[in-house]
Amino acid sequence: MVFTDIRSGHALKDMNDRELIPHLFRTEYSKITAVLCKLFGLEHIEIAEDIASETFLSALETWTYNGIPANPTAWLYAVAKNKARNHLARHRTFADKVVAQLKQSQEPQEMEIDLSVRNISDSQLQMLFTICHPAIPTEAQIGLALRILCGFGIDEIASAFLTNKEAINKRLFRAREQLRDESIRIEFPAEPEIKDRLEAVLTTLYLLFSEGYYSESRDPVLREELCIEAMRLTSLLIENDQTNLPAANALLALMCFHASRFKARRDKEGMVVLYDDQDETLWDQELIAKGAAFLHRATKGNRVTKYHLEAGIAYKHTAKADTKEKWDGILQLYNKLLVIEYSPIAALNRTYALSKVKGKEEAIAEAEKLNLSDNHFYFTLLGELYKGIDNATAMDNFQKALLIARTNTDKETIRRKIKDLQLQAPR
Amino acid sequence: MLIFRHQDGQKVASPEQIQVWMKQTMDWIGGIAAQNKYSGGNGLPFEDARVVRHDKVVTNGPFGDIKETIGGYIIVKADSVEEAVEFAKGSPVLQGEGNTVEVRRIAREDGIH
Repeated sequence: MVFTDIRSGHALKDMNDRELIPHLFRTEYSKITAVLCKLFGLEHIEIAEDIASETFLSALETWTYNGIPANPTAWLYAVAKNKARNHLARHRTFADKVVAQLKQSQEPQEMEIDLSVRNISDSQLQMLFTICHPAIPTEAQIGLALRILCGFGIDEIASAFLTNKEAINKRLFRAREQLRDESIRIEFPAEPEIKDRLEAVLTTLYLLFSEGYYSESRDPVLREELCIEAMRLTSLLIENDQTNLPAANALLALMCFHASRFKARRDKEGMVVLYDDQDETLWDQELIAKGAAFLHRATKGNRVTKYHLEAGIAYKHTAKADTKEKWDGILQLYNKLLVIEYSPIAALNRTYALSKVKGKEEAIAEAEKLNLSDNHFYFTLLGELYKGIDNATAMDNFQKALLIARTNTDKETIRRKIKDLQLQAPR
Repeated sequence: MLIFRHQDGQKVASPEQIQVWMKQTMDWIGGIAAQNKYSGGNGLPFEDARVVRHDKVVTNGPFGDIKETIGGYIIVKADSVEEAVEFAKGSPVLQGEGNTVEVRRIAREDGIH
C-alpha cells in the first residue's frame, strides 16, 4: 500500500511503545472490523466492532504486564479470531443465522476467519463502497468511514468535528441504522455500477481529506491522520484494477499535492502559515513527485473530472514562482472547473487568479458580480484586491470579513492581514 | 441563450488566432460561471457543415446565400433579458466587425433561461 508504507515502513521502527499502541489500534481495528463485518453481515456491525474492541482491551491488559509481543499484529489477529469463534460458539442462534447466510454447512467453530492481506484489503474496499452508499447522508458516511474504516475513536472524531462524544455517538448510531434499513449488502458493486458508485466514494474521500486539511482541531497529529487515512483509502481504490480509474488517480494526485505542504502550513504554535509565507524547502518533494505520477495516470481516458482540474491547479501551486504563466494556467483551469461545477470558493479563487493575469481593476469588477456577500472569503478577497489601489476600502473589506468569519483560524488570518495593512499604510 | 453570429464563416483563422479566441472565450465563460449563471454551451465549428434546402438539395457549409452564420452558443441563467445582454456584451465574438450576439429566451415551463 502506497501510503501505509510511507508511515509504517520507517515510522514503526522509530515509534516508542506509547505511540505504537494507538497507531496499531487505529490501523488494525479497522482491518479486523471490516473482515468480521463482511463475514457476519452488515446487520451485525456492532458485534464486529465489539469483538475488535475487546481484542484491543485484551492487548492492553496483557501487553502492559508481559510487554509487547514480537509480532503484535499477528497477536491481535489470533486473539480476534479466538474471540470471534467464541462469540459464534456462545451465541448459537447468531451463528446459525450467519452460517445460513453464508450457505455453508460447516460448524461455526471452524468457520474461517480470513485475516490475510488480500482479504483485509478486499473487505475494506467493499466496506468503503457500502458506507459510501448514495442512500446514506454524506455526513454520516464520513463519520462511519472514520470509525469503521479508519479506526478513529469516538472522542477523536468528536475532536475533529469540534463537537462532543454524544453528538458523534448519535450520528453513528443513526448511520448504522440507516445502513441496516436500506439493507445494503457488503459487496463490490457490479461492473456497470462501478463508475456511478465510485463517484460517491470519491466525494466522501475528498470530504474526508478536506475535514483533515481544514480541521479546526488543535491537535496537529489528528488533522494529519485524517488526511493520511483519506489517502490510504483512496490508494485502496488505485490498487484494485476495477476501481483504478482516472478520476481516482486524479483525486489521489490532488491529495498528494496538498499534503506535500503539511509541514510548511503550520508554525510551531500551530498557527496557519499562508501559502505566500511558507518555507518551500519544507514542501515534501517526494509526495509532489508521487502526485505528479498519479496525475499522469489520470490523463488516460477522455473524461475530465473536477478532481483532474483541482489536481492540475494544485500541481501548479507546487511551484512557488509568482509568474504570469503560472497564474494564466491556473485561471484557465478554474474557468473549466466552474463550468463543470460551481462552488463559491472556486469562484473566489478564479477571481484571485484573474487579478494576477489581468490586473486588480478587472478582477475587482468581476468580484463585485459574484454575489457572495455572506462569505467572509469574499471580503478577504476584495480586501486583497483593493490593497495598493484604495487602502481604506481594503481595510473596510477586511473588517467586514472579520465580522462574519466563524473559525478562529480564519479570524486570526484576517487580523494579520489588517495588521499588515496598518503597518504598510499608517492612516 | 446567447447565439454567436459570425459575419463571414469562410474566413480562415490561424491556429494561434484560434487559440487566443478560445482563451478569451473561456475567460468570458469562466466569469459567467463564477457567478453561478452558466448553464452550458457549444462551439459550432464550420468544418463539415452542411445545409439541407427545401428541395432536399444538400450543399456544403452554412454559407452562400446566407450572409451570417452561427459559430456557437451558450446558455446562461439570467434573471432578466437585461442581465443576459450584459453577459453578451462581454463576448469576444464581438471583436469581429459585423459579428453579433443574439440574445434569446428558451421556452420552458419553469421560467426564463
